[in-house]
Amino acid sequence: MALAKRIIPCLDVDKGRVVKGVNFVNIRDAGDPVEVARRYNEQGADEITMLDITATHEGRDTMVETVSAIAGQVFIPLTVGGGIRTLDDIRTMLNAGADKVSINSAAVFNPEFVKQASDRFGAQCIVVAIDAKRVDDHWEIFTHGGRKPTGIDAVEWAQKMEALGAGEILLTSMDRDGVKTGFDLGLTKAVADAIRIPVIASGGVGNLDHLADGVLEGHADAVLAASIFHFGEYSIAEAKDVMTGRGIEMRR
Amino acid sequence: MSRTLLTIIDYGMGNLHSVAKALEHVAPNTQIEVTSDKNRIAEADHILLPGVGAIRDCMAEIRRQGVDTVVAEAVNSGKPFLGICVGMQALMAHSHENDGVDCLGYFDGEVRRFSTTATDERGLALKVPHMGWNTVDLQIDHPLLQGIHSGDRFYFVHSYYVETHPEYTAANCTYDATFAAMIYRDNIFATQFHPEKSFPAGLTLLKNFVDWDGRR
Repeated sequence: MALAKRIIPCLDVDKGRVVKGVNFVNIRDAGDPVEVARRYNEQGADEITMLDITATHEGRDTMVETVSAIAGQVFIPLTVGGGIRTLDDIRTMLNAGADKVSINSAAVFNPEFVKQASDRFGAQCIVVAIDAKRVDDHWEIFTHGGRKPTGIDAVEWAQKMEALGAGEILLTSMDRDGVKTGFDLGLTKAVADAIRIPVIASGGVGNLDHLADGVLEGHADAVLAASIFHFGEYSIAEAKDVMTGRGIEMRR
Repeated sequence: MSRTLLTIIDYGMGNLHSVAKALEHVAPNTQIEVTSDKNRIAEADHILLPGVGAIRDCMAEIRRQGVDTVVAEAVNSGKPFLGICVGMQALMAHSHENDGVDCLGYFDGEVRRFSTTATDERGLALKVPHMGWNTVDLQIDHPLLQGIHSGDRFYFVHSYYVETHPEYTAANCTYDATFAAMIYRDNIFATQFHPEKSFPAGLTLLKNFVDWDGRR
């Protein structure tokens, strides 16, 4: 018996509804986030991640209510991301019932923010989200939903985030997001092997073997997926069956 | 009959809402209060000491706000007392975190860091923090462990672990080292994992705590 690898369903939430963009366009509605989170909790999800893709101020208030409603009914770790820019944003989400927050662009604009957040709230609740794309022979960080290059090397960035106090890295391949051809295993392995904090692989899951590949070949500690679970293609239990069948320690 | 009162000691360290919500869920007839008010804590039937973040900051706040005295009164009163995560580590004699910090000393033992060089069975680096669902190996029978079994998984997130005597160890967990996942002594019980995030077994433990009279 050992520490289990984790399956994390991800809810992209826009104006209080779960949606899933394919390459950040073609949004499909997948339901009420509280209902969706409860269903995943009952199915045996190991954590839940919720990303707020609403840009507006009103959307933000809706998100706080949604987090609070989920936290009253779902008793597994809940990570909230999207638009986390200040220590107050973090406190608001933690007070609403989130266990961790995911910081993305704010870390790129001001890396010291990660250190301040980690010092104030503890590394255990600071996830740094990295959106990376392949550029020539390496991977670079992109912001603004994958549209804006930064020229920063993804592996070096992950190491820097670890040094500044990140507790975990949520690593998304922008090349694979929504494409369903599997994780970018080269990217995942390069980052996971370069740091000693846990790495969550994200972007590209189209079937359950892709999840196992993320752990076995990508060396990820956790795997994140959205659409394959939301639209009923697969259940969490089926995912765990496949991963257990391939020799991965899972919580059953 | 008035409702029993459970206080969660608020000393400014971390998110206490998750544990309050989980307790409200398992104990709808118990009044759950997150408070720093010493009188309310003294009136409580059950007392919970949470904690996240660095031990130096936690201990500094515990001492600055007189929580050490509050804890001493609670422990001496014989009331059921539960420590969670850093709230468990704070009950030990000493922690090696932050170049060494003396803690409250209710349990003889030390808090040590996981190795930074250990590897798993595939030769990959063992990640620190120890984050996720791991199994526990129960060492004793205890009212808080009713309905909980060896092999049940709980959610852990910590870089430092408790090393103590078998006489205090209620359950072990193994990562790079075997460490105390739960400790006990008289009316004190403490968990390294987060029961409030460990559905379903963790909620069973919280329910058991609310029902506990502080005796074995």
